[in-house]
Amino acid sequence: MIKFEINGRSVSVDADPDTPLLWAIRDEIGLTGTKFGCGIGMCGACTVHVGGRATRSCITPLSAVADTEITTIEGLDAEANHPVQEAWRNLRVPQCGYCQSGQIMQAASLLQDIPEPTDDDIDAVMTGNLCRCMTYPRIRQAVRDAATAMNGAQDNG
Amino acid sequence: MARNLILGGLAVVVGGAVGFGLYAYKSPIDPITTAQLAEFTPEEVEKGRVLVSAGYCATCHTAADGEPYAGNYAMETGFGTLYSTNLTPDVETGIGTYSKEAFRRAMHEGVDREGRHLFPAFPYDHFTKMTDEDVDAIYAYIMTEVEPVKTVQKENELPFPLNQRILQAGWKMLFVDQGRYEADEDHSEEWNRGAYLAEGLTHCGACHTPRNAVGAEKQSEQYAGAEIDRWIAPALTAANPSSVAWTASEFKSYLMEGVTSYHGIAAGPMGPVVHEGVRDLPESDIDSLAIYLADQVGATDDDPAQSEVVLASLRNNRPDPQYRRELGERLYTTACASCHYNAEQIMQGRPDLGINSVTNLETPNNLIHVILDGVNGPEGMSGVVMPGFRNALDDEQVAAVSAYLRDKRANRPAWPELTATVADIRENGPKTH
Repeated sequence: MIKFEINGRSVSVDADPDTPLLWAIRDEIGLTGTKFGCGIGMCGACTVHVGGRATRSCITPLSAVADTEITTIEGLDAEANHPVQEAWRNLRVPQCGYCQSGQIMQAASLLQDIPEPTDDDIDAVMTGNLCRCMTYPRIRQAVRDAATAMNGAQDNG
Repeated sequence: MARNLILGGLAVVVGGAVGFGLYAYKSPIDPITTAQLAEFTPEEVEKGRVLVSAGYCATCHTAADGEPYAGNYAMETGFGTLYSTNLTPDVETGIGTYSKEAFRRAMHEGVDREGRHLFPAFPYDHFTKMTDEDVDAIYAYIMTEVEPVKTVQKENELPFPLNQRILQAGWKMLFVDQGRYEADEDHSEEWNRGAYLAEGLTHCGACHTPRNAVGAEKQSEQYAGAEIDRWIAPALTAANPSSVAWTASEFKSYLMEGVTSYHGIAAGPMGPVVHEGVRDLPESDIDSLAIYLADQVGATDDDPAQSEVVLASLRNNRPDPQYRRELGERLYTTACASCHYNAEQIMQGRPDLGINSVTNLETPNNLIHVILDGVNGPEGMSGVVMPGFRNALDDEQVAAVSAYLRDKRANRPAWPELTATVADIRENGPKTH
């Protein structure tokens, strides 16, 4: 039995400690916003936050996350109004949408660490999140917009 | 004449043997019953809890799936496998019959209650430096707070004659400097407190000091660095190869939080040393350890943030438009940069791999361990995880990422035989720590 917190609630998962966190999130806990892409940590579709940091859940075993705090796309903002999500909607970033929860979780984490990213910063951090529809220019713009929104919100107190 | 010489020689040999026998002989100390156990004050027990934690006794005295302190943890020593003993106060199979004096003798002299010499996998060569008062507090905690557990002790797997405990007496005579810590007047009180802890209770040298052919720490090479379980315990001297010198504040952060901004995190065998160990010490003791260790590496107190080496490493971590051409850099950009890239400054939790300890050590072991098996919740930065790439990258890919980090980021001479080392650690390295 492995215990951790997900989106603010405590859960215990009774599964093999080697089970990928992604499977537990989708199949045991039932949160299906996080997607399976490559299964080897190379595409970013499965990105969630563990201890506030973007983490590829498909290669993270359950045993590694005992007693940690996890946030998935469902828990990023109670109203789904995180600045990155708003920017995503405003710019109509997704096409097929499969990668977007991973992209948004990675972008939210990027802006927490680097609040005013340059395009180089965005490229360096987001390169590990693939988009098969090639919406990269809009993804980059959404990150810029979200940064502006977040910094503006801070400036206004 | 010849006869006299032979007789004389024989007398010396016999005399020597008798002398050694007398030296080696340790009498049993009477067992105590539960009723004879002394009363301890809550303060003494609490002090003992902290010391037991900081000496991370449980790490070696608890088997992978065993009860705490119940022993049978396997230690590969290079001479054979030793199994740690049951440290719980069980009367039959633990140390329940140990009097305070028997426990002191075990800690200070490496002799069990029945008078048998203990093997030095038990670091009594360090604990001998501890005060009676501290040893007594540990005794108080174990005897009152640790749950007694009955066990079946696993037999040590040592070849003859190494399994002859009497020979340990000779080993002690040659290599162990028995006696309590003596303050060095040339150093501050804090430094001495740090030295007392590091050389005694926290036994840093047990892993960080290389050992000679018969397994004793080489006193002339204290803290020069060594290998343990295919991990590298880096040098804690001026020979430490870090790009940025270890300062007292980096040591403090490492020992309290398991993480630093400019060196790396506590993982592998060092994970429990911090997270189930020294971090329980009062902050003043951590400060003392940090001061002592910083003095060992000869660090200054300069803030590394604006140092040329840090700024150069940050310039080097910017995306290169050519990166897709080379496998190692391509893999790094895809799999690692999302967490390891830094913008203006190195942020704690985003380790810069150009200056990180793992890429600057002489051997790639620690880097390979972490790429393969990651950093779990209880290791490194608390509550944060790095996933392992054991099932995602093959040996050549791990070697390619490692070579990129070594050659292009740390700018150090290439590691030879990388792919073979990855294969070896993948196969034989401990998967769980």
